[in-house]
Amino acid sequence: MALLQINREECIGCEACVAACPFGALHMDEERKAVVDDKCTACGACVDVCPVGALSLPEVEAPAAGLEQYKGVWVWVEQLRGEAGSISWEMIGKGRELADQRKTTLTACVLGYHVEHIAHQAIAYGADRVILVDDPVLEHYRTEPYAAVLVDLIRQYKPEIFILGASTRGRDLAGAVATEIFTGLTADCTGLDIDPETGLLRQTRPAFGGNIMATIICPNHRPQMATVRHRVFEMPAPDHTRKGEIIRVNPHLDEEAIATKVVDFIREEGQVNLADARIIVSGGRGVGGPEGFEPIRRLAEVLGGAVGASRAAVDAGWIPYAHQVGQTGRTVRPDLYIACGISGAIQHLAGMQTSRVIVAINKDPEAPIFKIANYGIVGDLFQVLPALTEEFRKRLHK
Amino acid sequence: MHAIVCIKQVPDTTEVKIDPVRGTLIREGVPSILNPFDTYAIEEALRLKEQFGGKVTAISMGPPQAIEVLKEAVAMGCDEAILLSDRAFAGSDTWATAYTLSQAIRRLGPFDIIFCGRQAIDGDTGQVGPGIARQLKINQLTYVCKIQHIDFDKGEIRVERLLEEGREVVESRLPALLTVVKDINQPRYPTFKGIRRASRMEYPIWTAKDLEGANPAYFGLDGSPTRVVRVFTPPPRSGQTEIIQGETVQEQAAKLVEKLLAEKII
Amino acid sequence: MEFQLSDEHRMLEKTVREFAAREIAPTIKELDRTHSFDPGIFPKMAEQGLLGICIPERYGGAGMDYISLGLACEELEYVDTSARVIMSVHVGLYSCTLFQWGTEEQKQKYLVPAAQGDVIGAFGLTEPNAGSDVVNLQTTARREGDHYILNGEKTWISLADVADHFLIFAWTDMEKKRRRDHSGISAFIVERGWPGLTTDTIHGKLGVRAGNTGSISMNDVPVPAENLLGQEGEGFKIAMSALDQGRYTVAAGATGLIRACLDASVRYANERQTFGVPIGRHQLIQQMIAYMAQRYEIARLLYLRAGWLKNQGIRNTRETSLAKWYACDAAFDSASDAVQIHGAYGFCDEYDVERFFRNAKGAVIYEGSREIHQLLQAEYALGYRQDRPLRCELPAYDPETWTES
Repeated sequence: MALLQINREECIGCEACVAACPFGALHMDEERKAVVDDKCTACGACVDVCPVGALSLPEVEAPAAGLEQYKGVWVWVEQLRGEAGSISWEMIGKGRELADQRKTTLTACVLGYHVEHIAHQAIAYGADRVILVDDPVLEHYRTEPYAAVLVDLIRQYKPEIFILGASTRGRDLAGAVATEIFTGLTADCTGLDIDPETGLLRQTRPAFGGNIMATIICPNHRPQMATVRHRVFEMPAPDHTRKGEIIRVNPHLDEEAIATKVVDFIREEGQVNLADARIIVSGGRGVGGPEGFEPIRRLAEVLGGAVGASRAAVDAGWIPYAHQVGQTGRTVRPDLYIACGISGAIQHLAGMQTSRVIVAINKDPEAPIFKIANYGIVGDLFQVLPALTEEFRKRLHK
Repeated sequence: MHAIVCIKQVPDTTEVKIDPVRGTLIREGVPSILNPFDTYAIEEALRLKEQFGGKVTAISMGPPQAIEVLKEAVAMGCDEAILLSDRAFAGSDTWATAYTLSQAIRRLGPFDIIFCGRQAIDGDTGQVGPGIARQLKINQLTYVCKIQHIDFDKGEIRVERLLEEGREVVESRLPALLTVVKDINQPRYPTFKGIRRASRMEYPIWTAKDLEGANPAYFGLDGSPTRVVRVFTPPPRSGQTEIIQGETVQEQAAKLVEKLLAEKII
Repeated sequence: MEFQLSDEHRMLEKTVREFAAREIAPTIKELDRTHSFDPGIFPKMAEQGLLGICIPERYGGAGMDYISLGLACEELEYVDTSARVIMSVHVGLYSCTLFQWGTEEQKQKYLVPAAQGDVIGAFGLTEPNAGSDVVNLQTTARREGDHYILNGEKTWISLADVADHFLIFAWTDMEKKRRRDHSGISAFIVERGWPGLTTDTIHGKLGVRAGNTGSISMNDVPVPAENLLGQEGEGFKIAMSALDQGRYTVAAGATGLIRACLDASVRYANERQTFGVPIGRHQLIQQMIAYMAQRYEIARLLYLRAGWLKNQGIRNTRETSLAKWYACDAAFDSASDAVQIHGAYGFCDEYDVERFFRNAKGAVIYEGSREIHQLLQAEYALGYRQDRPLRCELPAYDPETWTES
């Protein structure tokens, strides 16, 4: 089913494309010409590296007519019980940047009930304009009314770019809206920028379990939609003197016509799941005993993170297996992994080396963990951890 | 009761490694597997069948070898399995995939509930489920971790959805499309009887021609609003380790916290 | 000639692989370290159909073939020997033997619950003074009315302390016992709970520490005459035919152990660096890896051929013995090399290979020691030994009738 076209006359058998293909879809046949199989995803990685231009993909057709009517950058401001999450302000911050690059305005969409204060916050964080849809039907997030309202607004106002946070609600909503509008949607982006030549939104995201990055565009449909991962973009500082326009929209929603009702909300108490934890503080042989995990727990608590452990600590019976990180334990990929008294055996590294930032605290300056850490402190964890906990407490105002 | 499960064959991304020298993916020996999240979708559908009777149909879109995952679904207990495979579907993004699957589902006849995994581990978008729901104009319930109540006669369903802050309990109407998370169940292994049945069964392959009434312009690359323009390997973990020095541990701690805050991870 | 697994076999292999990875792997280190047998594995194996895998559905089994039995053993021992031992004893030695020799009544009463996994069977041949030298058995069965009275001591019996039913071999002809004429030995189905029968667990084993091995003591145990398996005096032939199935599962399991050593060694050789390169780049490491790859392929071909012969209903004592001898030696050598490749890490239980090494030794000793198999192979080659047809042969696999309920 491959879409890649290979000009066999041109192919010189250099294998550059074979090496470049992230999916293993290309190989050389007995005549040393490139051939492609079904694994091809038409990503174009090979087209760029071919020295003789023997490879091509179907041309992106000329932009559809009328795209120039679409103007402005939109952000959906997610809120829960009248409180907007930090992810929304990160979107506003990024949206501001994109709007400035496109020399256009930034619009925040605030949907909910009794949420006018959020509209003002959105302006403070950088929106030029807020479309406020305040209605009892919108009190709780539900796909149908939220999608219906946004689809109507998009059809009426025609934004060029629309970004949402990649939260569970954001992904739920974006998928529904993009389908209805018939436009492209890129999930879970970690990078957004404007192509200076085409003015298109370049949306970069990890794929293949984070093993590769892909940049995606949406050339012929509008708005260009993307969801963005939490904590990827900087949270802007609010400026409460900023002025902006608030447009109030009456959605004409009928509660009776909506099949879905939110009937309860069960808050999760207690434990942080290791695999989902954003921050993990881990202890190894160096903690010396079960009580050695106390300073680790305290630091994890201040950071709102989970407690991990090396196999050595688990085997010694200092902490249950559920905490084990590594080849025989959990594989984790947090934003921050703090390894305390862990030497860094291969099977431990296998379970955590894709963490975004790794901090190693160890007495032994030769410990292998320092080779893969971003930051290291050579020292006694029983002195370093309390100091670190105190410092975080101060800085995070806890 | 008729439940439909949408499943996908994916490369086992946990087996993928990066060649440290060339910076490319090492794909030798990377097996193609049933998307792990989809096994929970199959399991939940089978549990409904055990409780209410009826049948479960598995459907997948992909190259001919994707039949393998349909066999797995049948071995677990699905009654029927259909593969959508055609050159015309090549290059589909999530929009075109959702469109094509929804066209096939329409052709399957009446159904009560559709299950999808929360996302596929190769694309990780989670968009196809909502896409199918919108195409079919049915209710979508994403990230479901528990079906609290279901009544096919009255068309009622009440589920728990696993969100960042906790579990939201939602009531809706059937037919509905559910995307499920791992917490919902523990998938069964294929039984030996199921394996025998799966290995002896015929698997219909539907092409674009079979999807009567569909608009061919919405298939494959033509029906895909997005284009991948560049694929690259993320920069490898830098070998640079910054050792934080200081006169006292307090000073070291302060410096480290400063740097971590600057990294915007806390 | 077909060297490819069927779809059915491939799916079964994958299913058992996942079963072992999910149900056995997570706890095996702890169980092995504490010398604990987990009886909780029985219901899980039963539910999956493993405990009656190659028994027809009408006898409560899963209706798969003998190759499936081998593949399941390979996948289970890939994770740990203890799980494969359950298959060897309960399916290979006990259930298959009832299937081969039992009367319809015995099959209904004993095979059906065993194949469904409701009861666990064990095999009581070995005694303190009778291992390879079977005719040195001391256990006796004295006829008294409609019962036999069993007396004696069995040891090195896998699952002794956890099984419900036992296949016990004992002399019924004391004159032949004195003359060491094995046609005086008979086989009995004995139930736990009958007066005079007690079992015990053996501690301090080198390997298979997560498995149960023990002894059976019989002190005037009354066994109903209808529990005689086969005819009086057929016990030796029954025991030897049972070993054809037992040894087959051991061979297949040892093949899985070789693969486990190979996979662990390859993984480590790619990760571990010395002299600035992964150790896999060193030629002497490569040699050990090459041997493991070679041994795995040979062992697998040998056991699959034996399984194929069983499916066809062709006598396979010779081929099964060769597969067992080769695979167990090869597994031990591979495990030793795997420890060597892992260096000091291989010497401690940080990695699995030290357990593989300890587990690999047992199979070189039991179910026909290495030496017994060497003698057998020599005798076959020299023409001193040939197999005569048995009164009851193991039924050939029939895909149609085996799936009729």
